[in-house]
Amino acid sequence: MAAAAMAPKLSASSSTAKELTTHPIVTGSSVLAVKFAGGVMMASDTLASYGSMARFPDVQRLRQVSDGVIIGASGEMSDFDFAMRLLDELRVESECAEDGAELDAGEVHHYLTRVMYNRRNKFNPLWNQLVVAGTKDGKPVLGVVDQIGTAFEADFTATGFGKHMAVPQMREHWRADMTEGEARELLEGCMRVLFYRDCRTINRMQIAKVTATGSVVSPAYSLDTEWSLKSFKKEASPEDGSW
Amino acid sequence: MNRNDYDTDVTVFSPQGRIFQVEYAMEAVNQGSACVGLAAGEYVVLAALKRLPSKLATHQRKLLPIDEHLGVCISGLTADARSLCKYLRGECLNHKYVFGSELPVGRLMSGLADKMQECTQSYVRRPYGVGMLVAGADKTGAHLFQTCPSGNVYEYKAHAIGARAQSARTYLEKHYDGFAALAAAGDKEALLLHALRALASCTEAEEELSVDNASLGVVQVGSGFEVVDGTSMAPLIARLADFNPDPPAAAAAAAGTAADAAAADAADEDDDMAMA
Repeated sequence: MAAAAMAPKLSASSSTAKELTTHPIVTGSSVLAVKFAGGVMMASDTLASYGSMARFPDVQRLRQVSDGVIIGASGEMSDFDFAMRLLDELRVESECAEDGAELDAGEVHHYLTRVMYNRRNKFNPLWNQLVVAGTKDGKPVLGVVDQIGTAFEADFTATGFGKHMAVPQMREHWRADMTEGEARELLEGCMRVLFYRDCRTINRMQIAKVTATGSVVSPAYSLDTEWSLKSFKKEASPEDGSW
Repeated sequence: MNRNDYDTDVTVFSPQGRIFQVEYAMEAVNQGSACVGLAAGEYVVLAALKRLPSKLATHQRKLLPIDEHLGVCISGLTADARSLCKYLRGECLNHKYVFGSELPVGRLMSGLADKMQECTQSYVRRPYGVGMLVAGADKTGAHLFQTCPSGNVYEYKAHAIGARAQSARTYLEKHYDGFAALAAAGDKEALLLHALRALASCTEAEEELSVDNASLGVVQVGSGFEVVDGTSMAPLIARLADFNPDPPAAAAAAAGTAADAAAADAADEDDDMAMA
């Protein structure tokens, strides 16, 4: 039929076709977070990788949204910047109202869930796993949302490779009445294991905490590491492999 | 003649700097039946006097719930109020969808004020002919607002709008100082009775408050907006006659202020049945 022959051919290589993000480019690895008595603590390293290359070693992946809300991100760093810009616009708008009704962590988590799910429905996701820590009515809140909009709250959580390496340790050691010191010890222990095992991690991390009185993100610091452990040593026989 | 040359549309100022169409709209609010609101501590109470459009009709609804934490009481054109309520409900629902929480009342009010103001600035529109008392509770506390066809929104501790509202305002001014203690003690009933008492002074000459012609609403921080009317209001109406908030010494003075209020309301014209 003549009409059918006249119809333009659709092809992915056509110059008018729009290509959406199909994979992340510059990525951050795990974010870990635990609730403790009176607050939430979060940890991540400061690396943004370009594929397998440790390209940007000094990137803040934990950020303060407001006095009472901190967000940590795994995944695509440019998408994280975009999400933070949305939150910043909301914050500015809110501060202009001058009514003291700032968004709490529960609201920020809910908002990000809507943004992430909406973008996934456009087949153009923000390629992140976001961890939201803060307080709501004086109680600690810890929420997670990923690039397809899956969202939940938890007592402790980890994203990226930390889901496999850190969560088992948290399950074993986490308690609701942990002190701040114990929470920090747990997170640093998890970060140390991740540094040993995760090839997209560096030995430079930040830790952040939120309590009812406010939030702090620490400057980056290094963890002490121990490489003389027997299991790290290369065995003599190539058949045995390493660990 | 006495024809007014400056009231044919809302974009024309009179030489005295007035916009008559807006003032007429505000008069529609004054002609509507009375609404009383008072905010004390964690409570906001609304009370409204309902009208019968005709003897065979039911009473017009005056108190409209908007969201779990918010309700309004209307005076003026009911149809305009319903349109504004639709907007308010939409905004609350939208906020709940996006943030999972209740919209702060003050934010909603500035949105509503903008919407109402736009009508006072355009040749092709007319101002909304309705005033509302808005009672709501959010994380910044309990709030009572008044909206006005001019696009202004005011926050009040206690206020009354509509026909003969001046006597209710006089009552509220006189008793407001006692409300904080009642609120602190959690005496919701006493606050409701005060609102009814204030409302009772706005009735027509022969009219008495009853379960049919009054309705109450109350919102408390942490628990939702609740309409109290019909049978649930009957015990309050029954107690109203015995409710004497005045200390004995002040009772004599009360008689004087009531007379003042009656004089202030003498200017109120007859009620238009189109108004609620």
